Amino acid sequence: MSNLPFDPLLVAIATPLALALLIALGLPKRWSVRLAYVAFAVPMLLALHTWFYFAAAPAQSGYAFFTRYSTGLDGLGISLELGLNGISMPLFAMAGIVGFAAGLYAIQSQAERLKIYLMLLLIMQGGLMGVFASVDVFFLYFFHELALIPTFIMVGVWGGRDRSYAAMKMTIYLTLGAMVSLVGLIALYAKSGAHTFDLIELKRHLASQPLGEALQNNIFGLLLFGFGVLVSLWPLHTWAPLGYGAAPSSNAMLHAGVLKKFGLYGLIQVALPLLPAGHAHWAHSLAWLAAIGNVLIVGFIAIAQRDLKQMIGYSSVMHMGYAFLGLAAGSILGVGGVVMMMVAHGLSVALLFLLATSVHHRTQTFALDEMGGLATQAPVLAALFVAATFASIGLPGFANFWGELTIFIALWKFSALLTAIAVAGVIISAVYGLRAAAAVFFGPATERFAEVAAKHPPADLRWAERVPALVLLATLLFVGFWPRSISGPINAALTDRAAAPAAVAALPNVPLR
Amino acid sequence: MNLVELSNAAASNLWSAIAPELLLACIALLLLVAEILLPKRHHAIIPDLAIAGIVGTLIGLFINWNSITLGTETFSGLLRHSEFGQMMRAFFLLAALLTCVLGRVSLAKQAMPRVEFYHIVLVVAAAMMLLAQSNHFVMLFVALETLTIGLYILVSYYRTNARSLEAGLKYLVMGALSSSLLLFGIVLLYGVAGNPALPGHTAESMNYAELARFLAANPHNTLASLGIVLVLSGVAFKIGAFPFQIWIPDVYQGAPTPVTAFLAVASKAAGFAVLLGLCGTNGAFAGYDWLVYPALTAMAAATIIFGNLAALTQHNVKRLIGLSGVSHAGFLLLGVIAIATPAVEPLARGAIYFYLFAYLLGSFAVFGVMTHLAGPDDTDQDLDHYAGLAKENPFLATVLAVGLGSLAGIPPLAGFMGKLFVFIAAFQAGARWLLLIAALGVVVSIYYYFGWIKAAFFETWTPPIESGSAPLRPARTPVGLAAGVALFVLALASIVLGFYPGPLGQWLTMR
Repeated sequence: MSNLPFDPLLVAIATPLALALLIALGLPKRWSVRLAYVAFAVPMLLALHTWFYFAAAPAQSGYAFFTRYSTGLDGLGISLELGLNGISMPLFAMAGIVGFAAGLYAIQSQAERLKIYLMLLLIMQGGLMGVFASVDVFFLYFFHELALIPTFIMVGVWGGRDRSYAAMKMTIYLTLGAMVSLVGLIALYAKSGAHTFDLIELKRHLASQPLGEALQNNIFGLLLFGFGVLVSLWPLHTWAPLGYGAAPSSNAMLHAGVLKKFGLYGLIQVALPLLPAGHAHWAHSLAWLAAIGNVLIVGFIAIAQRDLKQMIGYSSVMHMGYAFLGLAAGSILGVGGVVMMMVAHGLSVALLFLLATSVHHRTQTFALDEMGGLATQAPVLAALFVAATFASIGLPGFANFWGELTIFIALWKFSALLTAIAVAGVIISAVYGLRAAAAVFFGPATERFAEVAAKHPPADLRWAERVPALVLLATLLFVGFWPRSISGPINAALTDRAAAPAAVAALPNVPLR
Repeated sequence: MNLVELSNAAASNLWSAIAPELLLACIALLLLVAEILLPKRHHAIIPDLAIAGIVGTLIGLFINWNSITLGTETFSGLLRHSEFGQMMRAFFLLAALLTCVLGRVSLAKQAMPRVEFYHIVLVVAAAMMLLAQSNHFVMLFVALETLTIGLYILVSYYRTNARSLEAGLKYLVMGALSSSLLLFGIVLLYGVAGNPALPGHTAESMNYAELARFLAANPHNTLASLGIVLVLSGVAFKIGAFPFQIWIPDVYQGAPTPVTAFLAVASKAAGFAVLLGLCGTNGAFAGYDWLVYPALTAMAAATIIFGNLAALTQHNVKRLIGLSGVSHAGFLLLGVIAIATPAVEPLARGAIYFYLFAYLLGSFAVFGVMTHLAGPDDTDQDLDHYAGLAKENPFLATVLAVGLGSLAGIPPLAGFMGKLFVFIAAFQAGARWLLLIAALGVVVSIYYYFGWIKAAFFETWTPPIESGSAPLRPARTPVGLAAGVALFVLALASIVLGFYPGPLGQWLTMR
């Protein structure tokens, strides 16, 4: 066990929330900012701690650092259970790291009403840590919603162009996703007969008496639709680029990077192990939807974007397509690849949003046609941006490479045609990523940018911007060069699960028709 | 009736069992006396007297929570005391308390007599408390009429305002119609149950248990079915369920804001208290599940759809919250429907109570903010008036956001837990399609709740361009101590109950 005298998971959740409460009660601004450093650092340090000690920590029913707290709803089978298994640990660590970077970036952002901005971001951070630390399905959902609310407010108040519309659209889409998945979860709760939201208990119960096939199909369908909206599955993805385009940068980093992974995480942790037959039923539809919709169509849309932030938003939607493909493949390799990819994508998309905002500070625009040649004035920014683009495309050396590679290998067994489409997607993402990087940083400056640059000569990245960016990039490279650090636990968790009867690997691999 | 029977009846008149209602009525009378006796400059304490009286009654109720034997009947079976009754007593006392607190804020803006307002609120609250415990159709009707007549007056209380008068008239006509439907239904049931030609006929057919026995013996009697449908229709008026919701927007708009709150929360809850007594395995209509539940299911679906769709286009916030209240009636009906399944009944009942309390907290928080934003014309409360609220008064804006969030059912607020419990109960009872409609209803409701929050937080107020015109927006009332504390507690309770449903939740899951 870790040698901490307290429960690291609860503290990681509670610290940001506690500071948010203090700010709400009227903490002065100076102290709010100072303590914000602490409140964003604590979850990250604890997340790194759990990452480091994960192998050594004793596991209880497959979960390390397991604790249980009563919230007065034991009779309904709801209690706050915290713990990390091999799948949640890497995501928990990623949430801590991205949260720290987003927090640092927010503190130096000079946003209007910075105190409230930080308060909302802290609530989001607390919710995010809670999502990946929860073993109880109810709290999994609960913390997700807790993290979601600040998003709406931050987009609406601090957002950019079309913020009011974007906030409204996001709220309605995401509520639709959340409500449908809630119905699915309630169905699982009621129909399993276990009358508990405790994931361990549910698994045990359903392993001995699995649900009927039709029921599994229906519940999986509900969960897939609900979670799918939350992860921007085509054609219900339109909230994402719009929302990210309007969102303030730290919020976009946390939402696109971490919170959006909730839907995938829910499918992997809840739907896949509990409803294997449902997965088999839906796998092909899901795979084709993701391949044609998310990868190809959205990929082409991303190429057409002339707005940097929109382009990153669409690229994020497109990469979710790979994640869905890995999910559809469903083997240990495929699902493991998805988790890898979730971690890598979280880091890289957060880095891209951060750098895009830094670009905006220097060019006063997101329009790709009004930039150019920024590399001469801001070489560090250019280098980091290009590195982030490479990571996002999935070049070797970055964490994304391993995620995409394992997904493609797993997908090959599932369907060769889909693999071809997915690999074509890599070329698409290289086209838009590199074109954007070239348009921003290289070539001659456009007239418009020359004017702006003459008025406010752009400086290179300040340290306050560099530190969060370097934290993200360092993690990307660390996982890229040493993928075993997270693939080990992921593999162990998935193999354990496969050993159980109601498991992913027990699925018949349906041949392509 | 011979002397023995009379003395038996008298022996069951356990006056101490209705001490809270008696106390409340006495305080109500005391207020009138105080107005006559006290010099004019001291009249300002009369509202405080009313509030203190309610708080005292509430404390007394909690102290003597288990003093009457729960589950017994008193007054020859007119009343039946249960834990549910105690819970609803506390609910109505809380609602009356908050109505009085809001009344102080709202009445200060009107040149209207003050004391009668509090007097009537207290009397109506007492009637509601009796209604929740009634076990007999006569008791039901008397209590229901007492509260309805009180509400007629309260709705048109701002009588210098044409809309308030119009609302009062509409409520009178509609209320009279619903009362007559209810009464007609009761009479039909009485007549049919007293028919000596039918098996199981009884002279005591107004008693719920006796009626249930009779209905169980005649499961498909046409007249009894008609009676049941009429009684349900009468109750549907009270809870504002489709197709009897038609009075809601106008009356809610015209009534003084505190009264609107009282109507929306307490009157609706009273309707559900009646429904909970009539439905369920021990209810009066137990034998007619084949009729009651399909009817309620259709009603719930239509109510959720209508309420949410109609609220979408509203600009007047009083109409908006009235129509959103219609959809809440639909969600609550979902819980009532779940009662039909015996295995789910305890959970469903608990879920309805939790939902009602969460609804009370959220609604009064919102109405409290509305009261502070209302101008001299209480009926003119537009969404546009909320622009820029977050900057001018962050406290009110936060309370509004918490209240609306709770009503919308956003976690981690109490309203979400209420919806979750009701949804779980409905799913277990097999109301899958209804549940799906309800879930989509929640999504639609996000649009108007969020639009309201959006107005308060994201939009900025721009004064009218042409000078000389009257200001388009009434001035905001500063938040006083009592109202401030009440609003703070309401918002806090909504959050705490969401994070830790503890006591209420335990109460919900224990049975």
